[in-house]
Amino acid sequence: MRQTALVSITPVEIKQPSVDEITDRPWVTIVWDDPINLMSYVTYVFMTYFKYDQAKAEALMLDVHERGRAVVSSGSRESMERDVTAMHSHGLWATLQKDD
Amino acid sequence: MPGGFTASSQGRIVLRVDEVERVLLLSLCAQVIELVAPEPADPDADPLAVAVGIAPTAARPEDAVLLRLFPDAYSDDDAAAGDFRRFTERDLRATKLAHAEAVRDSLERSGGKVVFAAALAPSWLGLLNDVRLALGVRIGIDDDFNDEVGDLDEDDPRMAMVGVYDWLTYLQDSLVQLMLP
Repeated sequence: MRQTALVSITPVEIKQPSVDEITDRPWVTIVWDDPINLMSYVTYVFMTYFKYDQAKAEALMLDVHERGRAVVSSGSRESMERDVTAMHSHGLWATLQKDD
Repeated sequence: MPGGFTASSQGRIVLRVDEVERVLLLSLCAQVIELVAPEPADPDADPLAVAVGIAPTAARPEDAVLLRLFPDAYSDDDAAAGDFRRFTERDLRATKLAHAEAVRDSLERSGGKVVFAAALAPSWLGLLNDVRLALGVRIGIDDDFNDEVGDLDEDDPRMAMVGVYDWLTYLQDSLVQLMLP
């Protein structure tokens, strides 16, 4: 608590934290398992679009395949909408939601 | 299975096809083009909205194939999913259309030896994936399909589609292997 603020005549600057700062990257992109997309292709998409290295891309692909879904990126709602659009353009089944 | 994509010594990508396969691939391109081509813009629509790819309305597709190609972006919020579709589906359709047209052009230019630059590989991968998604939905492929396909009756119309689907799967995987570092 800034006690000087009580007597200061200059405006006190209060930094308004953004929603992202309060909730710490609250949106996520989820890729869902489907029986058609090839495991090799899903890995390729994660490597080329997200620039993940092969180990990370394969681990995420296996998560999708074995657990049915995986969080592949997180960030602002706008950037997650971009990621979901990119996944759809590659034919992957993706959604975005608030991180829970 | 013979064939598949290979790399040429000049760093280009080569696919050898017989005429039946080339005609089949051209026909699949034409079907994707028909499926994904955006509706012609309404002459009364807001020209600015049209220019930036916003549709005045974009209904959730009822057809299972279209819904697989253009899925909901929000699984638990219909209003947000509808807005997202309105703002993005036209561009998404244009992307898929461009892939299919690029592959069609490349097939039309070539005979039995299709040669293209690596820069065109994403279009081939996109087209092959869209066709596999469409065929896979029509065939009804699910996690148990591999166990069930042996029980399909010889007269089952899905048998021919399964043959094409398997060939496209092989083709797509061979191209992915070339493109992975």
